[in-house]
Amino acid sequence: MTSAAATAHAVTLSAQGHGFLSPTGVEIAFLLVGLLTFGAALVTVTTRQLVHAALWLVVTLGGLAVEYLLLTAEFIAWVQVLIYVGSVVVLLLFGLMLTKAPIGRSPDADSGNRWAALTVAVAAAAALVWVVVDAFRTTWIDLDGAAAGSTEVTGASLFQNWVLPFEALSVLLLAALVGAIVLSRKAKAESSSPPVNSRAASGGSPSVPDSRNHPIEGTQPDGPQKPADPGAPAEQEGAR
Amino acid sequence: MHLAYPAVLSALLFCTGLYGVLARRNAILVLMSVELMLNAVNLNLVAFDVWLSKTAEETLHSGQALTLFTIAIAAAEIGIGLAIVLAVHRNRGTSDIDKLRDTAEGPGPDGSGSDLPDSDALTAEQAEKAEASA
Repeated sequence: MTSAAATAHAVTLSAQGHGFLSPTGVEIAFLLVGLLTFGAALVTVTTRQLVHAALWLVVTLGGLAVEYLLLTAEFIAWVQVLIYVGSVVVLLLFGLMLTKAPIGRSPDADSGNRWAALTVAVAAAAALVWVVVDAFRTTWIDLDGAAAGSTEVTGASLFQNWVLPFEALSVLLLAALVGAIVLSRKAKAESSSPPVNSRAASGGSPSVPDSRNHPIEGTQPDGPQKPADPGAPAEQEGAR
Repeated sequence: MHLAYPAVLSALLFCTGLYGVLARRNAILVLMSVELMLNAVNLNLVAFDVWLSKTAEETLHSGQALTLFTIAIAAAEIGIGLAIVLAVHRNRGTSDIDKLRDTAEGPGPDGSGSDLPDSDALTAEQAEKAEASA
């Protein structure tokens, strides 16, 4: 009882020790990095140069990693650097290249409903910030002591309490891997299906030079059917 | 540290991503904005987990575990999303979301202008498919 009262008293004392007008060093660092992160995010969603948007996204994600470090969540910070800055941005850049994104300014990067979007976003930001500030005005994070998110703590909690979701997540990742492969293969198989069909009909692969005499044998039985087939010219073009 | 700092930053980042999702035209830029929104949620989760791990007696570190799960799911999402965008770009020649209105119901505000090219593209696609299947 007395210890609980003592801790409650200590909590109120420590809460009174904080103040908006006397920010700690961690708070100042968090504020500066947060401003950088927010500015980079704004440039990401407003710039007209598509590749620059991806590069500013790197700044945003790196700034968030620094924020995780300031919140003593080290493992999350390094995972953020590895996965987001390391792979997701590279994937996005490859996507921009493969879709032939224009280098330089593209005038139609923003759609016509930009002002409606701006209204919605500003209204949502105002509401969220008001609610959050009002709710957590007197709440303080105690960053002293052992790190709350070191690799040891995170690993222990992940493999003691969260094993089943962890394994389910690996199945999800496998499904996503297979799905991405299927999605990228399908269009290629469709575009190259005439050669595949003609190869199957003629019984020989055109890429193998040794079997060049087989198509003649293979096409002979198909010969009578071909005049009745309206797609025969396209098929032969595909075979060539 | 005051809990309002990370909470406000995460709210602002989320609304920035919201603006990007609503206002951008290129599908890959929309994916980038989705990443911004997911990261805002991650920051919220981490901040509240660090707060609760010091104030609560017993904690499962659910915030950090959920953050790791969110990061993994975001990686899967970006892979699938980019595969879809690349397939669309290969089939249609564009990755602009505004121009992909095949499933739009009825003539929109500019429906009379965009209906004809769409039906042309559809018939061309059907002809291609007929050729391919023949």
